[in-house]
Amino acid sequence: MKSLRLIASRLVWAIFTILFVMTLNFVIFRVLPGDPARGGLRDPRLTREAIEAIRVRFGLEKPVINCVQSLNPWEPGPCAVNPFDTQFFIYLRNLAQGELGISYHTNRPVAEMMSQMIWNTILLIGLGQILAIILGMGLGILAAWKARTRLDFGALLFSLLAWSLPTFWLGIILLFWGSNQLGLPIGGRLTPGVDFPNTAAMLKDLGRHLVLPTLTYTIVFLGEYMLIMRSTLIDVLSEDFILTAKAKGLHTFQILKDHALRNAMLPMVTLIAINLGFTVAGAIQIESVFSWPGLGGAVFDAVGQRDYPMLQGAFLLLAVTVILANLAADLVYSWLDPRVRTD
Amino acid sequence: MTTPTTSAPLLAVRDLSIDFITPDRPPAHAVSRVSFTLQPGEAMGLVGESGCGKTTLSLALLRLLPPQGRIVNGSVQFNGRELLALAEPEMADIRWRHMAMIFQGAMNALNPVVTVGSQIGEAIHRHYPFMSPPEVAARVAELLDMVGILGARADQYPHQYSGGMRQRAMIAMALACSPEIVIADEPTTALDVMIQAQILDLLDNLRRHLGLAVIFVTHDLGVVAELCDKVLVMYGGVTAEYADVDTIYNSPRHPYTQELLKAFPDLSKPQAALNSIPGYPPRPDALPTGCRFHPRCPLVFDRCRTDQPALLSVSPVWSSQQSSGYAGTANSKRSGEVRPTHLASCHLVENDK
Repeated sequence: MKSLRLIASRLVWAIFTILFVMTLNFVIFRVLPGDPARGGLRDPRLTREAIEAIRVRFGLEKPVINCVQSLNPWEPGPCAVNPFDTQFFIYLRNLAQGELGISYHTNRPVAEMMSQMIWNTILLIGLGQILAIILGMGLGILAAWKARTRLDFGALLFSLLAWSLPTFWLGIILLFWGSNQLGLPIGGRLTPGVDFPNTAAMLKDLGRHLVLPTLTYTIVFLGEYMLIMRSTLIDVLSEDFILTAKAKGLHTFQILKDHALRNAMLPMVTLIAINLGFTVAGAIQIESVFSWPGLGGAVFDAVGQRDYPMLQGAFLLLAVTVILANLAADLVYSWLDPRVRTD
Repeated sequence: MTTPTTSAPLLAVRDLSIDFITPDRPPAHAVSRVSFTLQPGEAMGLVGESGCGKTTLSLALLRLLPPQGRIVNGSVQFNGRELLALAEPEMADIRWRHMAMIFQGAMNALNPVVTVGSQIGEAIHRHYPFMSPPEVAARVAELLDMVGILGARADQYPHQYSGGMRQRAMIAMALACSPEIVIADEPTTALDVMIQAQILDLLDNLRRHLGLAVIFVTHDLGVVAELCDKVLVMYGGVTAEYADVDTIYNSPRHPYTQELLKAFPDLSKPQAALNSIPGYPPRPDALPTGCRFHPRCPLVFDRCRTDQPALLSVSPVWSSQQSSGYAGTANSKRSGEVRPTHLASCHLVENDK
């Protein structure tokens, strides 16, 4: 009952946060200067009519929002604009219908473009995160258990190094090494121009393309997971209840599993949530280096092309993933720690 | 409880010395050559100020010292078995099954994310793996009932318990496997006075009913007077004085014991001012030369500064019981038939002889 109420209150907060982010996301891209029509003004070949047509196509000729004097949509202000014919209302209506606008650059719906790329990103990031979490936690547990030994020192050094390596630099180095020494593809998702005889062959090709970016991603995140896991576990292992567990005659493995890890998982859950939330952003460097057709690369390109609708869509997705990941972390927390459950 | 023919003590600690080893520093002697014995059903008080090595000594009995702590000398025999020679898995079998511990500060000694019932149950399961889950649950309920906690609260977490309840749950946990010895390390610190009395009554009752031998680690001499048969007074990691409880209270021979007793209120003399011992106990890595108590001793003389006093028998008459085995039984306090050796490490004792 109590936990049900907790879930409900967290859910309501998440919804409010998303609504706020939607508004903010709209405002940012109206405040920023520049739209395709203005870009077109610099081109002498475009006629006034053509520019006006561009503005109409993207809905830029409409007022941004109803008059400030009247925020009540049913009571038109002195400027007497139809409240349902403003950019903000259309933006909200489109969102409700799962539309994110039309890309300035490709003239295709942003939602359609993103839905193609997001699976590539999820594939790459998901695989990298899972590997980084498993390996990082495992290494962290091992190092904490063998704290202050040579093994701990080695694992610590490796993790610190891995964590401080710039992502793009490690990507380039691995790309160079992998393509030269192992003959792995240098980028992309599938070898272009190949007609795959069956799914197995296609998956094999996909796997070969995945190796290097996944490896880069795993190494970069593994260090962070290892360091956090190690330090929290060392803290937990010095707690009095661990001594109690030892005094009870419990075996090492049982102490670790039943007493230490459950407590040490709390900071890990937060970290995983944050990292999952930044999935889109985190992939920008790796996707650019390996020409991986995912969201991160698309965001990178969109910045250069001033493709506001594309960026707006990506930002919204980023914000919503962060909020949902935090919601999930909250819920996992209350499951792990009874003290959170009861106020 | 114990028959007069008891030969071997339940627990015999001889010359136990513990060092703390830190890199780049000489080892700190936390405990030096401490000896005592414990008979079945007997209660011993382990007394001294904070930092005298009481907790270190009790952890060493279970071989639970932190990694820096090393047992450098001595022996710990439980029922004639040398615990210091056991392999780690064998020692783990002894822990809790035969020798359990009540830790100070039950808030931290209980895992916050595991229910109290399963923390007790896992100890039972560890030492009686063939008990079925319902049997374990029944035993947990029985134990909680024994310490006055409703069985239904087994499913609750430590933070849902009050301080006194947590300490009682800790006691129930210690009794889970019916051990022969329970070490209670300051079981009442951080509890208010009423609850302290409750907990101590509970411990004393359980001890009498279950025939437990208990080591009370405390700095509260009142607790010791009420509950214990004999007392080991520690100072700076060594035995200052070791005798039955009457002797300690009525004719203490070590100046430290005497000062310690003066520091506690005597209800028979209402107006007496309480004494405090100036200074602090020595740090184990900076022990004074000679007698470890000499910098604070009111009766100090030259020899104390240079020579470390040996642990001497105060009364040669009483020390003759070595032939008839060790005599500090649970009955000693009440019957007065036999008394344990009265030992004190002070040059004044030697001068008397």
